[in-house]
Amino acid sequence: MPFSSEQESRHLAHRHRKAKIFALFCAAITWSCVLLLGVLLYQVSIDGFKWLDWQFISSFPSRFPERAGIKSALVGTIWLISLVAVFSIPVGVSTALYLEEFAGRGKLAKIIEVNIANLAGVPSIVYGILGLAIFVRYFALERSLVSGALTMSLLILPVIIIASREAIKTVPLSIRNAAYSLGATKWQTTWSHVLPASFPGIMTGVILALSRAIGETAPLIMIGALTFVAFLPEGPMDSFTAMPIQIYNWVSRPQQDFHELAAAGIIVLLAVLLIMNATAIFIRNKTERRLK
Amino acid sequence: MSQVSDPSLVVQKLQMHKKSALELRNVNIFYTDNKAVNDVSFNIRRNKITAIIGPSGCGKSTLLRSLNRMNDFVEGARVEGELIFGEENLYSNDVDAVEVRRRIGMVFQKPNPFPKSIYNNIAWGPLINGYQDSTDELVERSLKQAALWDEVKDRLHESALNLSGGQQQRLCIARALAMEPEVLLMDEPCSALDPISTSRIEDLLFELKSRYTIVIVTHNMQQAARISDYTAFMEMGDLIEFNVTKKIFTRPAMKRTEEYVTGRFG
Repeated sequence: MPFSSEQESRHLAHRHRKAKIFALFCAAITWSCVLLLGVLLYQVSIDGFKWLDWQFISSFPSRFPERAGIKSALVGTIWLISLVAVFSIPVGVSTALYLEEFAGRGKLAKIIEVNIANLAGVPSIVYGILGLAIFVRYFALERSLVSGALTMSLLILPVIIIASREAIKTVPLSIRNAAYSLGATKWQTTWSHVLPASFPGIMTGVILALSRAIGETAPLIMIGALTFVAFLPEGPMDSFTAMPIQIYNWVSRPQQDFHELAAAGIIVLLAVLLIMNATAIFIRNKTERRLK
Repeated sequence: MSQVSDPSLVVQKLQMHKKSALELRNVNIFYTDNKAVNDVSFNIRRNKITAIIGPSGCGKSTLLRSLNRMNDFVEGARVEGELIFGEENLYSNDVDAVEVRRRIGMVFQKPNPFPKSIYNNIAWGPLINGYQDSTDELVERSLKQAALWDEVKDRLHESALNLSGGQQQRLCIARALAMEPEVLLMDEPCSALDPISTSRIEDLLFELKSRYTIVIVTHNMQQAARISDYTAFMEMGDLIEFNVTKKIFTRPAMKRTEEYVTGRFG
């Protein structure tokens, strides 16, 4: 006596086949994306690697390709991203906490929510124009790192807020109840339990947002970051350049050598991005384990 | 020696001797428009265990959560009537809900330890409420009271989430006891536990009774019969009968109570 009739087992085999085809389909799409990325990286490496040496990293830009380097742009980007993190993380996380924990479900909270979701979709050049009008002109911060960082912060705040809210939402009610039942105030509950428990999720959002900020060019061009900088910024009020701008500048020159310099610049930019993300992921995993 | 003693002392003395820890007078609880608890009145006796039993959805958990204002967090929940604790109505405007929850502790259905160390689970509550003395001593005392000390004394700084379900629930009880609450509310504290863990917690409740007033909601009628001194039977938001546990389970006054406790329905 077989386990199931022939018709049943044929039907089952058909269902298994369907599942397999779907899995293959998903895998194919995933790998074609990876492949595309691989081709891009390969192309960039071919062009850029021969220019990539200490001289390139430690030199200021120059008219002569063999003397040109990315020093001022690299330092400018590190300054910019650090300032963006300082501005956007506290504001973004506080906003998310307010909306999730304190604002309730009123009309105003709803309006803020919809607006933040919409802001996440606004093109970055628009933020650049806003930054030019508000920070550079109105607050007279000039074409400084602070102007750039504030503009960038505006750009990535919606992403941080939305990701943080999702992270805060996943903190189980039972933890909050436990805290409240011990006579904790809302603030004590939020600070000691909700925030630590949602920290890994918030970190993920911050990583994504800062990764976007590090590669943005349009808003920086709008607010007038310089393209040829032969000095290092010494404070947040100094003018600056950033890696995407330097790369853009090199790409738009006619000489082939500068195009290859741009490729080398892209490699440095990707390396900075990778180091930044790896650090953040390391911190996140560490805190995640501590919570478990 | 003056004849007239300090009036506040008299009040304190009266409170000490007052037999009821909590008095419910005509309590109604609503969720937006639905009435979940309908005109319930009874007294919760000091240093006794009071059980609230009844079929699912009868409002027993809702009633329990109103006793330390945990219902404040439920959207649309509204409490009417009086809940007298000491001399004051828990729901009067000048009573702070945070203060209520500090003095009336709660243990929940599913063990919910904080994702922190065993030590910090216990110490956090007292610390945020301004506890000044050594927390080492407090942690040890609370864990001993909850009959958990021997099992965890060598790993106080390990995560509480590594404990078994039964241990976690005793940790939650220890955490509540560390606040030295006047009343301890328990919402089906054994429903997620195996029989051995359950009986350990029942033994524990017996011991705690001399120092604390306990109100326990339970699904398990045998449990109510075993551990409680008084039992309230609820159905569809109404309090059907409140009496000494022995009476409820042997000679209930109401036919509905009898049907429920003998297992003929519910």
